[in-house]
Amino acid sequence: MRWSIAHFLPHAQMTFLVEAYAFFYQLADSFAFLVLCGLGLAIIFGMMGVINLAHGEFIMCGAYVTVLSARAGLPLPFAMLCGTLAAGLVGLILEFLIIRRLYHRLFDSIVATWALSLIATQGMLIVAGPSIEGLKTPFGSFELGEYSFSVYRALLPLIALLLLGALYWLFVRTRFGIYSRATIQDADMARALGANTRRIYSQTFTLGAALAGLTGALYAPTITAVPTMGQAFIVQSFVTVVVSGADVMLGLAPSAAVLAFIQSLLAKSYGQLIGQIGLLMTVIIVVRVLPKGISGWVLQRNGGR
Amino acid sequence: MNSASPIRFARSLLAGTLAGASLLISTHALAAEPIKLGILEDQSGNFAIAVIPKIYAYQLAVDEINAKGGVLGRQLKIIHYDTQSDNTRFQEFARRQIQQDKVDVIFGAFSSASREAIRPIMDRAKQLYFYNNQYEGGVCDSNVFVTGAVPEQQFSTLIPWMMEKYGKKVYTIAADYNFGQISAEWVRNIVKEQGGTMVGEEFIPLSVSQFSQTIQNIQKAKPDVLVTLLVGANQASFYEQQASANLNFPMASSVNVGQAYEHKRFKAPALKDMYVTANYVEEVVSPASDDFKKRFRAKFPKVEYINQEAANAYDAIYLYKAGVEKAGSIDQAKVKAALGSGGICTDGPSGKVCIDPKSHHTSHRIYLIHVKADHSVDIPKVWDDIQPYWLGTVGCDLSKKADQSQYTPSNLPKK
Repeated sequence: MRWSIAHFLPHAQMTFLVEAYAFFYQLADSFAFLVLCGLGLAIIFGMMGVINLAHGEFIMCGAYVTVLSARAGLPLPFAMLCGTLAAGLVGLILEFLIIRRLYHRLFDSIVATWALSLIATQGMLIVAGPSIEGLKTPFGSFELGEYSFSVYRALLPLIALLLLGALYWLFVRTRFGIYSRATIQDADMARALGANTRRIYSQTFTLGAALAGLTGALYAPTITAVPTMGQAFIVQSFVTVVVSGADVMLGLAPSAAVLAFIQSLLAKSYGQLIGQIGLLMTVIIVVRVLPKGISGWVLQRNGGR
Repeated sequence: MNSASPIRFARSLLAGTLAGASLLISTHALAAEPIKLGILEDQSGNFAIAVIPKIYAYQLAVDEINAKGGVLGRQLKIIHYDTQSDNTRFQEFARRQIQQDKVDVIFGAFSSASREAIRPIMDRAKQLYFYNNQYEGGVCDSNVFVTGAVPEQQFSTLIPWMMEKYGKKVYTIAADYNFGQISAEWVRNIVKEQGGTMVGEEFIPLSVSQFSQTIQNIQKAKPDVLVTLLVGANQASFYEQQASANLNFPMASSVNVGQAYEHKRFKAPALKDMYVTANYVEEVVSPASDDFKKRFRAKFPKVEYINQEAANAYDAIYLYKAGVEKAGSIDQAKVKAALGSGGICTDGPSGKVCIDPKSHHTSHRIYLIHVKADHSVDIPKVWDDIQPYWLGTVGCDLSKKADQSQYTPSNLPKK
């Protein structure tokens, strides 16, 4: 599949537009990656105060189930749904068995989830071997001037925005959202008013795990499926969440946008290495200047807690 | 016999005169301690994909040799630690093998970073060490023997062939550590020698798995040949991403296909028109290769792909055996002298390989592997018996002068 609009415009304008689109595509691509990496982690951290170091392995779980069910003959969207649900289910079980005992024990939760991450990586290596055959990226490519772009990757930013919108709706408009925000603000009071806080924690953790699974599912057709693949996501996940701060709805999108802009600009001019360095430098500066991230800063300015 | 230990039993047999022939053989085996082979390879982590076949290959060679009576009448015993693709683990386990296990020889390391992490430890202990991996070349070290292919074997063949076929504009993307940097320097020099131009060069950190910016940079530069020196599972994602963006340039590499069998793992046509020079891949058809594959798969039916480094690991064990037999001893200094004395060869899966006394590297038959659109492979060219000549020509001669350095085209030995 190839489309071209090259014959619609005169050359000079065309070149400028193409360059502008190429930069925008790159920006949107980084934005999507950062948002999707950060979502699940941000919800679990922001809502529950649990730092989930097994986040990358939930992503791996989503990707593996997607690849395996797509190869078993399921159409890709259903395979992705399977991956998302599988990661959510694993999250539900782990919350019941382990995470439940670790709420408000920050350091214990770090050690426990790190152990889970090691077990998952090594377990997958033993069960499924060092790699499984990947999927082909769907939808082909389109051409613009001297560039050609993957259609699928051009869609990922839209999916990221849709997800952000859906989560906003979930937390602001639904009963679950209101209960869960009440629980986060004051668990004792929420309990006194009849909210089942234990169930809300469990649902929130499951949601976070399922979102990580969805990230794995969405990127499964674009990257190599290996047991260590979670590590490719984990740095970006933490970077985005640290810059965002605790409030997902407020901080995640601006955080991803700022980081994506810095990274794409640097990577375009100076290559991937400088792009990565720029990303990490930004985090250091943000942690120094805005220790509670973008959302903490916004809340403070508005006279919040 | 139940109460006595086997050794005491053996001694009493030796002292006695009534011993059957079969029992004598078993007492002989009990009397000689096994030769201890230390193996440091990544069974888990980023490099496990390419390394697991190597670990099988060591085991295969050792079992074959033991079944035929061992070396100098002694059995071989493997002591393997999983180095987890982690350079610190390499150092820790290298020290343990030398100091506690007191191994007679060490085989191991996949990445050049891990080899350089343990080479100083080997040198300090004067430990005999085999590195069995293709790499960026240049290690001139009295204690080290290398069975993998080096740039003069992989690039001096590949790059001119590619430029002849596709054109003179070359773009390199390489993993950002010693392997990628030095290999890229080789490519740059050969392109210049052949009258071509480098239209771009980018070094990519090992943690990167997202390549859309790199893909755009390449499209803007419009090379005739794209040299990909990408390493590890993260960077392998480049191929699917470049295919989905329809990048469509012919690619050349010294690391892909032959190590982590990307053509088997990725959906076609992600690796379409990838050209690789390797001293072995499973697709090589010859009586020696077919026989090797049959024995390998009979013993390890789970192996996903028998790669180039599996052949190198297998050859390394046999080269060590040849060295010990020539030395008539497992004393490390004597074995090193024997291995470096010339004429140490083995007939491996890709044919005869011999150790070059000057550089301690091995000669190889080099296959040009071409991955087609459906990911099947053909071999348009074979270069026979390519010598690891470069170190010798720039002044490394371990048969005359001891050394412990790594040289590069821009860092030559002092005359």
